[in-house]
Amino acid sequence: MDSMQLFTRQTKAISTARRSLLIIESIPGIQFSEIVDVELGTGEVRSGQVIEVGKGTTVVQVFGGVSEVDLLDSKVRYKGETLKLPLSPDILGRIFDGSGKPIDGGPPIISQKYQDINGVPANPASRMPPAEFIETGISAIDGLNVLVRGQKLPIFSGSGLPHNKIAAQIIRQASLKGKSDDFAIVFGAIGVSYDDAAYFINNLEETGALSRAVGFINTASSPVIERLSTPRLALTAAEYLAWEMDMHVLVILTDITNYADALRELAAMRGEIPSRRGYPGYMYTDLASLYERAGRISGREGSVTILPILTMPDDDITHPIPDLTGYITEGQIVLSRPLDRKRIYPPIDVFLSLSRMMKEGIGEGKTREDHNNVFMQSYAMYAEGNYLREITTVIGSEALTDRDKVYLEAADRFERDFIAQAEHSRRTVEDTLSVAWDIFSMLPEEDLKLINEKYIKKYLPEPSKSE
Amino acid sequence: MGKIWRISGPVIIAEDMRGSQVYEVVEIGDERLNGEIIGLEQDKAVIQVYEDTVGLTVGEKVTRTGEILMAELGPGLVGNIYDGVQRSLVTMKDEVGDFLHRGVRTHALDREKKWRFMPGVKAGTRVEGGDIIGTVQETGLIEHRIMVPPGMSGVIDSIEEGDYTVEETVAMLESNGKTRPLTLMQRWPARKPRPYKRRFDPVDLLVTGTRIIDYLFPLALGGKAAIPGGFGTGKTVNLQQMARWSQTQLNIYVGCGERGNEMADVLHSFKELKDPGSGRYLQEKEIFIANTSNMPVVAREISIFIGITMAEYYRDMGYDILLVADSTSRWAEAMREIGARLEETPGEEGFPTYLGSRLSAFYERSGKVECLGSPDRVGSATVIGAVSPPGADFSEPVTQNTLRIVDALYSLDVALANRRHFPTINWLQSYSKYADSVDTWWEKVSPDYTEVRNQALITLQKEAELEEIVRLVGPEALPENDKLLLLISRMIREDFLMQSAYHPVDTYSDPKRSHLMLSIIMKFNDFARGMAETGMMVSEISASRIKQRISRMKDVPDNEIDQYIDSIRQDMAGGAASLEQGGV
Repeated sequence: MDSMQLFTRQTKAISTARRSLLIIESIPGIQFSEIVDVELGTGEVRSGQVIEVGKGTTVVQVFGGVSEVDLLDSKVRYKGETLKLPLSPDILGRIFDGSGKPIDGGPPIISQKYQDINGVPANPASRMPPAEFIETGISAIDGLNVLVRGQKLPIFSGSGLPHNKIAAQIIRQASLKGKSDDFAIVFGAIGVSYDDAAYFINNLEETGALSRAVGFINTASSPVIERLSTPRLALTAAEYLAWEMDMHVLVILTDITNYADALRELAAMRGEIPSRRGYPGYMYTDLASLYERAGRISGREGSVTILPILTMPDDDITHPIPDLTGYITEGQIVLSRPLDRKRIYPPIDVFLSLSRMMKEGIGEGKTREDHNNVFMQSYAMYAEGNYLREITTVIGSEALTDRDKVYLEAADRFERDFIAQAEHSRRTVEDTLSVAWDIFSMLPEEDLKLINEKYIKKYLPEPSKSE
Repeated sequence: MGKIWRISGPVIIAEDMRGSQVYEVVEIGDERLNGEIIGLEQDKAVIQVYEDTVGLTVGEKVTRTGEILMAELGPGLVGNIYDGVQRSLVTMKDEVGDFLHRGVRTHALDREKKWRFMPGVKAGTRVEGGDIIGTVQETGLIEHRIMVPPGMSGVIDSIEEGDYTVEETVAMLESNGKTRPLTLMQRWPARKPRPYKRRFDPVDLLVTGTRIIDYLFPLALGGKAAIPGGFGTGKTVNLQQMARWSQTQLNIYVGCGERGNEMADVLHSFKELKDPGSGRYLQEKEIFIANTSNMPVVAREISIFIGITMAEYYRDMGYDILLVADSTSRWAEAMREIGARLEETPGEEGFPTYLGSRLSAFYERSGKVECLGSPDRVGSATVIGAVSPPGADFSEPVTQNTLRIVDALYSLDVALANRRHFPTINWLQSYSKYADSVDTWWEKVSPDYTEVRNQALITLQKEAELEEIVRLVGPEALPENDKLLLLISRMIREDFLMQSAYHPVDTYSDPKRSHLMLSIIMKFNDFARGMAETGMMVSEISASRIKQRISRMKDVPDNEIDQYIDSIRQDMAGGAASLEQGGV
């Protein structure tokens, strides 16, 4: 692709302006997908993109819509290139908008290196399976849904649930882990409110993490089309930091629901045939082109870990956005409204949450030898307690055996002591495991079937052993 | 040579293309992007492009190759990793680095590597398509049988042992006064099924090592099956397990529009895991196609056909092949995307109206056949396709169209996944039409197979009926015999159906072991019933040491399992006395 243009390619021959599209008489050399400037009669300049080009006509989608475009005075200038982001180590500590322009009052980034924001797919044969434990300090994650470097693990939330708090806690705490100097945060805010964006920025500032962070902010009032470029800019920056600067990068993208809605809006304007709930049929592929940029490459130091946040419309996990996301990501952290109502923070639904990369990230030398056993036993115990709760609502608690009552109590304690923790409490994985062992000590020892006997001897607190 | 006339995403229209044919491969622009003609009108050709079209301009040249899309077949396929259009990702990694830039081309088969060819026929032998003329040891596990390409025949003029590249002549074939060279490599159009003499009914069990499949819903060699499941139900783990442990000579894993990290995990694990039969690395009996979800969408459509063509080629050598495709939904979505670009009239949910026929075109290439040529041999290609229904709703078009074609269904259940019951194959919804045809095979392992299987299925069915009552009255209120049934069904579920993919012993269960495990549970059923009749409470039976020993049998290594099960059987023969001695 040639980015040097020796002459201006400009035309006024616009034949149609409808919805967000312009149909223009073709001039030679137009590239598919290239960026254009549309200059209105009023002097205002909007950007657009070539979405179809033919010998006779070219179709351009205008970012920001075609209102006030007139067919006589408006001009279209072809830029000869696709959307690119300048990259240098100076991007750290900076905040940009959804088109890649600085919005923090600082100077523009000067660089020889301009990278296409769509990225290039990694060769599957070059990828390394993610296996390195990231300690987030949150028990429900570190104990039961382990995050590893190079993974993509979304938070499925609902409106009003504390997903931002959790994400901020992860940023704060994960960044403190081990070799903190090579851990970078890339933050992409997609169509969120100004307050939400400010919350993250302030949080980064307060913890001093801003110098290792890059932000791309597209607020609810910014152009819709930039909702599509914001995560791509963020991921392009992340890939640069990971693959060329050898950094471990954690990318937070919020809110993917706004992204998908923008995708739907623009597809509808193009008159495309919609698939489920009006979202375009290629949404899976499109979301994959974002999420799949996570990973590790063999022979390279860095990693890209992606933590997308999405709010499930009406808390419906089968809605196309969480559904397609779940098919691409390696698990999901699901927030629960009932837990939130019980004032449990973080309200992580242990049953619906899952980390597919967990087994690679835990065990001796990574976390602790008993981790997998503790995970399985906690899960079984909490599941049994929950089942009994359900039954109790129908048949009353009188019909329960003593053993059943122990499990009910254990499930309560599991929520109170294990899942719940303060917003600023950072538990090491050892702390997390010992909370679980404390709860196990309530149960009859022969019920700890999922735990290897040698770990029971080693880790089960004393009082229960002597019984 | 033609020129680009219009560009719309992955579809372009070229002009001046008179004389080209549908499915002909073309090269586009200076970067020579690969594409395939999918429609012709006057001098214009509609082309789907296997690579990203960003930056192409109208008027760039489009070069015809005169060939339709061919798969390269020959030694060097096994152990290799390909993208959707059969470019070797291993070669690309070495030549262009860690990222897939477009316009890069590699041969599927290494042109430099020499293979030792051992002739199997002498000069002067009359041969025809499918005849084996010699062999090459492709990997430690695969003897590659070099065949005369279908449609060719004549007399072998010369043939010689030696080291050859895939392009060098290993034999000359003379027919009607003309001599033609035979090489180690042949090419075959990917969309066209390879010929065979005749088809057989699938009656032999394909041993997958997964108990619920082998025992309850068996798959036959040459069969076709689908695994639909919502996300998180472990579709990929199931398929990987099958690709790992299936007792076939060669497995082909097509990752179609799926996760890159998972693909990396598969690739790495096959380098480390060993085949239970031979003790050699699984990589030596595996071909991978990796077209991950962020790779060009058009290549997804052809990747499945490339995969099945390779499966047929090895089938023709007389081998049993398993092909797993993960996921056919992504494949169907690729067709939908192309269809929309072509402005075709869409069918259900925007999928093309030919979705059903395209799915059949793939699944119907499975089968157990008598291969072409001599010596006489039988080969099979078994196909398992994953389906990813949106919202785990099985009423959607891809699942429904697939169910009309396949003969076995492994239905994955979100509720089981949430209970961490793995594999999440639902025993009430799954079925296999091969159950009746492979029972003869099973009865060679054990004559009471059919009876044990039926008993287990009935117990599970009754449990489902009781479950609703339990929800209303609680388990304590049930009569003792119902409690016993719940105990047994729970044992079937936990001690037999649940199987850990990550436990070194449990991950693979051979048919004999599976039979021992389920039959001891059903034996325990008889035993417990006897005990209950003497007045013993189900809670006591449930706490017995015998029951606990059964629940630990999964961990017992293969060489000790006979003895272990035998000792449980003897304990039960001791009757009530043994329960007491064993310590209740």
